[in-house]
Amino acid sequence: MLSIKNLKARVEDKPILNGINLQVNAGEVHAIMGPNGSGKSTLASVLAGREDYEVTEGEVVFQGKNLLELDPDVRACEGIFLAFQYPVEIPGVSTVNFMKTAINKIREHRGQPVLDAVAFLQLMKEKMKLVEIDQSLLSRSLNEGFSGGEKKRNEIFQMAMLEPRLSILDETDSGLDIDALRIVANGVNKLRSKNNATILVTHYQRLLEYIVPDFVHVLYKGKIVKSGGKELALELEAKGYDWIKNEMELV
Amino acid sequence: MTALAIDTDLKEKIIKSFSSDDGGRKNALEVFKELGLPAGKAEEYRFTPITKALEKNFDFDVANSSSNFSSIDSFLIPGLEANVIVFVNGKYAAHFSKKISPDREVRISSLPAAIENGDATEHFEKYLKTSTDVFSAMNSAFWQDGVFIKVPANTKVEKPILILHINDAGQSQSVCHTRLLLMLEEGANLTLIERSASIGSNPIFHTFAEEIVIGKNASLDYVKIQNDEGKLHQVANSLFHQSDKSRLNTFTLTLNGSLIRNNFNIAIDGENCESHFYGLYLLNGNTMADNHTVVDHIKPNSFSNELYKGVMDGNSKGVFNGKIFVRPNAQKTNAFQSNRNILLTDTATINTKPQLEIWADDVKCSHGCTTGQLDEEAVFYLRSRGIPSKEAKAMLLYAFAAETLQPIKNMELKNYLDGLISQRLNKV
Repeated sequence: MLSIKNLKARVEDKPILNGINLQVNAGEVHAIMGPNGSGKSTLASVLAGREDYEVTEGEVVFQGKNLLELDPDVRACEGIFLAFQYPVEIPGVSTVNFMKTAINKIREHRGQPVLDAVAFLQLMKEKMKLVEIDQSLLSRSLNEGFSGGEKKRNEIFQMAMLEPRLSILDETDSGLDIDALRIVANGVNKLRSKNNATILVTHYQRLLEYIVPDFVHVLYKGKIVKSGGKELALELEAKGYDWIKNEMELV
Repeated sequence: MTALAIDTDLKEKIIKSFSSDDGGRKNALEVFKELGLPAGKAEEYRFTPITKALEKNFDFDVANSSSNFSSIDSFLIPGLEANVIVFVNGKYAAHFSKKISPDREVRISSLPAAIENGDATEHFEKYLKTSTDVFSAMNSAFWQDGVFIKVPANTKVEKPILILHINDAGQSQSVCHTRLLLMLEEGANLTLIERSASIGSNPIFHTFAEEIVIGKNASLDYVKIQNDEGKLHQVANSLFHQSDKSRLNTFTLTLNGSLIRNNFNIAIDGENCESHFYGLYLLNGNTMADNHTVVDHIKPNSFSNELYKGVMDGNSKGVFNGKIFVRPNAQKTNAFQSNRNILLTDTATINTKPQLEIWADDVKCSHGCTTGQLDEEAVFYLRSRGIPSKEAKAMLLYAFAAETLQPIKNMELKNYLDGLISQRLNKV
């Protein structure tokens, strides 16, 4: 589904990604871990098309298309979804209204008929249950005055609504208490299927107790330096990132 | 020296065009002579080169050409049942005007007639700053026509009043000076909409002088729509006077025109008044719009809230100057003011100046202004959900702008304004 080859990217003059290689297939969950500043969030942003980053080398192929050539909105229509580490507050735009526009743009792109108001509300009700989010929250200005947990639940709600092929969750666990984490994880698990894939970007192993990954990759200084199964996360938790750092210094 | 010479020359031309034996008008002309047109550095017109624009575009020794358009339908507000008062090139146009509210709800008459028969004398020229403001003086000397509206005590006018100022500059320039005197007696209630519209592409110069008296417990919703496609140069002086427990909501929407200057002056001369002043200017091309507002708290225990927002595209220029005065006697005043701006291009500008002068010690007041660009992070967020860049921007700008529509209660009017705003922002 997603194939990243030798991806290098920088922000202004500072190189951040230094040759990432990653293959993600349908049905898989990949966790990307690593110490602060290793490039985890940059990778998520580059995949979603954030324009602050300049890709200097490499290629990203998503479902047969050169992802790097597509605008962020076209990427979303093609099935990429980024759950933001810091969801943006937008006064005056309600989640409901904005989702209605978004879902119909995506449906249009996919050649599906637009959803009428009734069908939209029905879909919304169904997805609201999944992340235990209240309708009154969705009628309010997007993320404005939301708690950290509400913002992250709103991200997963949007993900459920838009039914992406590839979801990238950027530190979705940061700032969540244990109950919110459980709700968010539960939502993600219910949305897992053999047709879609998930990339979890996280600093801690904690999230992986709730969303069990098929693969774990460790990112350090803009490169994937170690890959393994879910047990790699436990090893990291036990030994700390210094273990990776020391190992890398030795090499 | 050249600038001064031009100024004098223009002033002389304007003075020469005066012809009236009326004492009031003659006095106003003397004030006009005395004050002169604002020079380049005049503080109140620092960013608004009105004198230069007048010098460049207008002759003051020719009469307006006659106008012969046949329908005003395109200037009306769809679906809104309203009393319509039409001025064409500054003169009342009876054949286009239409009163649908009964006389017991509202009386509408020509202002010269109301002065003649004494109905208007109690308030006429009482509030206008004729002695200190040159364009008020100019209007007082030269006004061609006007309307007098009176709502009797404890009466609600069910249908709004729409005043249309149509300037026909199809054949040649149009120069007009119009007047309004509005009286809401105790407990009266009215929605007044004022819209200027133009025909043709010759220059238009239009001054308004409006005196609006809001009696005890009375309530006024006032909406001004400035959407002239033509070369309109407008100076509008609107003076509001509020008595005890009165309520005033204003909304000023500026979308088009060459040079628009709105002077809003609100005297809160009563206790327990509530006032909301909202404004929105969405400018593009070379349009320049200048909103000067003065909110004067004279008596204690009143509340005022002012919110003006602007989006400037192209080479447009916005100016906001908001003064709040809280007089020594006006204890327990709550007065808030905010001006927020978004600049969409490097060539658009905004000059904003909030001013707060407080002489009372037990008050709650705040003011603030912000100017910035569209939030790129928010644009990216919306795009990352599949919404194309252009629509994402329009959505954010609309959300920014629509807040100013809050005080408008009439649904047809609100829908119309909402449509104008969406239409403009989708072009960005």
